[in-house]
Amino acid sequence: MLPKIMNNSPRLFIKWVNLNTPKTIPADTMKQNFDPRRHHAETQQHIGYVPRTKATQADYDRIGFMSGLEVHQQLKTKEKLFCHCPAGIYQQADDYDAELIRHMRPTLSELGEYDGTALMEFRTRKNIIYRIKNETACTYDVDDTPPFPLNREALSHAIDISLLSKLKVVGEVHITRKQYLDGSIPTGFQRTAIIGIEGEIQLKHKKVRLIQLSLEEDSCREVSDIGHTRIFRTDRLGMPLIETVTYPDFKNPDEVKEGADYIRFLNRSTGKVLQGIGSTRADVNVSCKGGTRVEIKGVSHTGWMPELTHNEAYRQWALLAIRDQLNQRIKDQASWNIFVREAKAKDFKLENFGVPKNTALKVYMVNLPQFQGIFSHFTQPGRMFADEFSDRLKVIACIEKPNMVHSEMFDDIIGEKAWMKVQTLLGSKEGDAQLIFWGPEDDIKTAIETIEERCRMAFTGVPNETRKSFEDGTTIFERVLPGADRMYPDTDSAPIPLEDAEIYEAMKRIPKLVSERIAQLIEWNVPEDTHTYLLKNNLVPALEKAEVELNVPARFTSGLLAHTLKNLQGQSPMLPDFSYDKVYDLLKFLIESKLDLSIAKRMLFQLYRHPKLDFESILTIINFNEAKEEDILAKVPFLVKKYKEIRISKDDSAGVRWVMGNLSKLATGNISLNTLSKQIKF
Amino acid sequence: MTEDIFQGYKGRALAVLQKFNARVWAKVKVESSRGIFEGTILPRAENTDDKHLVLKIFTGYNIGVDIDGITGIVELGYKKAVYKIPEKEFPYSKDKPNVKLLGTGGTIASRLDYRTGAVIPAFSPGELYGAVPELADICNLTTEKLFAVFSENMGPEQYKKLAVAIGHEIEKGIDGIIIGHGTDTLHYTSAALTFMVQNSPVPIVLVGSQRSSDRPSSDAALNLMHAATAAAHGDIAEVMVCMFGPTSDEYGFLHKGTRVRKMHSSYRSTFRTIGDTPIATVTRKGVVPIKQDYKRRRKDRNVTIMPYYEEKVTMIYYYTNMQPDVIDALVDAGYKGIIIIGTGLGHVNKPIYPALERAIAKGVAIYMTVQTLWGYVHMFVYDTGRDLMAKGIIPAENMLPETAFIKLSWALGQTSDLEKVKEIMLTPINSEITPREPYNGYLIYQGGVPEVEAFIRKFHK
Repeated sequence: MLPKIMNNSPRLFIKWVNLNTPKTIPADTMKQNFDPRRHHAETQQHIGYVPRTKATQADYDRIGFMSGLEVHQQLKTKEKLFCHCPAGIYQQADDYDAELIRHMRPTLSELGEYDGTALMEFRTRKNIIYRIKNETACTYDVDDTPPFPLNREALSHAIDISLLSKLKVVGEVHITRKQYLDGSIPTGFQRTAIIGIEGEIQLKHKKVRLIQLSLEEDSCREVSDIGHTRIFRTDRLGMPLIETVTYPDFKNPDEVKEGADYIRFLNRSTGKVLQGIGSTRADVNVSCKGGTRVEIKGVSHTGWMPELTHNEAYRQWALLAIRDQLNQRIKDQASWNIFVREAKAKDFKLENFGVPKNTALKVYMVNLPQFQGIFSHFTQPGRMFADEFSDRLKVIACIEKPNMVHSEMFDDIIGEKAWMKVQTLLGSKEGDAQLIFWGPEDDIKTAIETIEERCRMAFTGVPNETRKSFEDGTTIFERVLPGADRMYPDTDSAPIPLEDAEIYEAMKRIPKLVSERIAQLIEWNVPEDTHTYLLKNNLVPALEKAEVELNVPARFTSGLLAHTLKNLQGQSPMLPDFSYDKVYDLLKFLIESKLDLSIAKRMLFQLYRHPKLDFESILTIINFNEAKEEDILAKVPFLVKKYKEIRISKDDSAGVRWVMGNLSKLATGNISLNTLSKQIKF
Repeated sequence: MTEDIFQGYKGRALAVLQKFNARVWAKVKVESSRGIFEGTILPRAENTDDKHLVLKIFTGYNIGVDIDGITGIVELGYKKAVYKIPEKEFPYSKDKPNVKLLGTGGTIASRLDYRTGAVIPAFSPGELYGAVPELADICNLTTEKLFAVFSENMGPEQYKKLAVAIGHEIEKGIDGIIIGHGTDTLHYTSAALTFMVQNSPVPIVLVGSQRSSDRPSSDAALNLMHAATAAAHGDIAEVMVCMFGPTSDEYGFLHKGTRVRKMHSSYRSTFRTIGDTPIATVTRKGVVPIKQDYKRRRKDRNVTIMPYYEEKVTMIYYYTNMQPDVIDALVDAGYKGIIIIGTGLGHVNKPIYPALERAIAKGVAIYMTVQTLWGYVHMFVYDTGRDLMAKGIIPAENMLPETAFIKLSWALGQTSDLEKVKEIMLTPINSEITPREPYNGYLIYQGGVPEVEAFIRKFHK
């Protein structure tokens, strides 16, 4: 719950506007013997933080690690979900035909209150600018035309994936509006619909339950968000997307990744989803025992999830430790108040803090009673509690960073003397903490409210919020987590019945379950290090096809794909004419031409670079000469003899290698190298 | 009260609910051929089939369950949702102008019932203040709901009632009037009020919204603030339509009630002045006139209310190969006035001439307007036009078809003397006919032209 400070801020303001001479305290009692760096390390130890690499299930059980996923996946369709714009065409940020500006107003929830996010977004007073390219956005996208009927192609894909996820498919699809006031959707809401509820996926050691799968429209891509202006482009807006939501069944960070991978592989196994940057994004919900659900938004690599969820669970654990400390220190929280006083801007050279020169900003000093040691309390690796203020000042009050300094920074730029003066001016007492922030005059009120609000949240523990992730596994505040009452029926769209016949049709066309695919790989003795690549690219069916139709061992094909081809992909991007099917064609050619599979690797090398070449030409390029097995074997005795003449090692196996080396070029493609090596005898 | 507890369900769906004794608003567990579904039973919207049961599941989403597959429903709880818009007393301050908002039934401010999707209009000052608190910075607002009809159901009775109500408010000393109205027929009402309320000393501002106010990106709040600004502080004492200028949240236009038209079925910036520029732009900071020859605000209360209307007036949109029987049928049905919306400069084809002659002979007033919307009727240019005039069809200059229709109804409501009617029709009351068309009265630029594209890229659309 947010403290109610939207319209009762006068309390705060009267307090600092009517400021009389503050009580001064002897300067020498302040700041002494307090080492923020040491304190940070101590608090990190105190809460029992362990790095992920050293953490065990026991550690996660101790803090009550809990996590769930919302995996978003773009579908492969020709058009967008509710209009006829092409899907999947992207523009550069400055490539647009027109711009328009909108503001988002919160609408009242049924209790007559504004939803938490709504309140925050309204306070930020953002001008939202949309960039439109005629090719990719129409009047529907910018909310000037009602929706066209839902894209049936997308609906059919969503049904397939629901069935694969063992979800119960609804009898009638109801399009719902889900409010988003951050501007990422011009209507202020996302059109979304449940396709299936209550399903499950089978991981290695456990089943994870699924809450639901919805079909929804993708949002805008942000171009920038500076001060009070947030710019979006509308190319991605409206693309069909599915969201698979799990129960919070993950009990450690590795399971989160496993689950996210499974869902990703499942989606891809249909061949009906987009791959590539940004096509799969997950929101990861995390909490610890006594904590709150915090949503880490838009994680696009499953590999980042373990570190992110680990750190978030410990961040919450740290916030609970902070709460306990504050509750011990401050008994009367209702009358606890921050104390704010304007500073003379000229006393602070803001450019020393990294603020661009000549920016007309107001500077304020804030005293936070009994917050010493809270500011520099560990929250995440390399982060402390005070950082939460700075993040919120940026997001809620729209004050660009750097926007504050405080009394417990590792590298103090203010200087002890100056801090003493600040403390005197604020009438600080021992055990208090101070911060100095600055910003445009119009944003000061919101900034003060934001600081006070975050302090009060610290008394209760972990604020409900969404957080933005970084590659290093840490997160920062992004938005207040929206409430449940932001969903209502879309009066512009009629419900869509899903007949049984349609579901039966879908059941016939859906592929095997990912868990069955994994079992197949194990049965074929396909090396485990290739599994991710094969599942990610939906290549298990290709292995199966080669195995069944060409009698090529899956283990061989897996190496060709997950080692040779993957390697080639790492060296240069895949050309548009190349496709995974070509690998099957290659194998088929070898089998039909009665060539040995050993040459596949060399041919693939050429094929990848020149996908339009026919296989005969590739053979010419690599100087392949057809030779009969007996002719090759006939050369063996001569070479053995030769080796014996020149041998420098007593080891016969070196001799085998030498002979192989001499024959491999001729042999590859004509005879199995294995067979050949067995024929070399000393 | 069976209909109450099974709200909106009918046929097979109703039978299933009755069979398992499951009520709307009950939290239930439904067993069906596709599995078990849990949620709260919601009322079923009108005009939907009887094959599905609607549930709100715990995540807040709605789903439909196939009725035929249901094998059992168990009630787990019951909680009826009751919705009310929060009211906050609209603050009064002595230094602010007094504005009256007259409601016609359009949902200028409303919110949505989260569970049923029904729109609940916010109308009382308190409700409006709860939804758009900025209004209190502009004026002291009082409201009166005159009737509750959809835009398309507005008609003579409502026009007259509105005119009379406006007259009363002006007499009582109001500083400005806002009329909340659905957008579809806003320009009919604005024309009617221009003719029925003449010489008003205060602004009369009609306003609507293209996106209902339960949507975060709605234009309703801003339109309402613009209208309140124009009514409370503007100097233009005319009947005007106040709607978005561009589709962006930037400024509104004030259009003359007789020259405005809804030009797009869904855009926010749908209202355009035809054949002239709008009178002014308006933002929350104030009204900025574009034209200077408007009627100014006055202190006196000398308004003339003329609530006349003849209902036997119609419009016909001419199409190729129109047959004379169409006209004959109208005359036989007793129509006293016909507005023809003719092609080009104001033409119809020869086969209907005899019918027009018969109509004129029977004393039907026939006026010609143009399908092109922009430009004047010019019946001297071609033989067809000259023929028609000779038959007694009167060109209505550059009057918009809808305006001409309303004006003819209003004129015939006052007199059946066709000469007098003609005099009323051709004497402009507020620019329904203009003596000249300024060069910037017709601006429909087409996309794709480099200079147009450069302009569009430069300014918010």
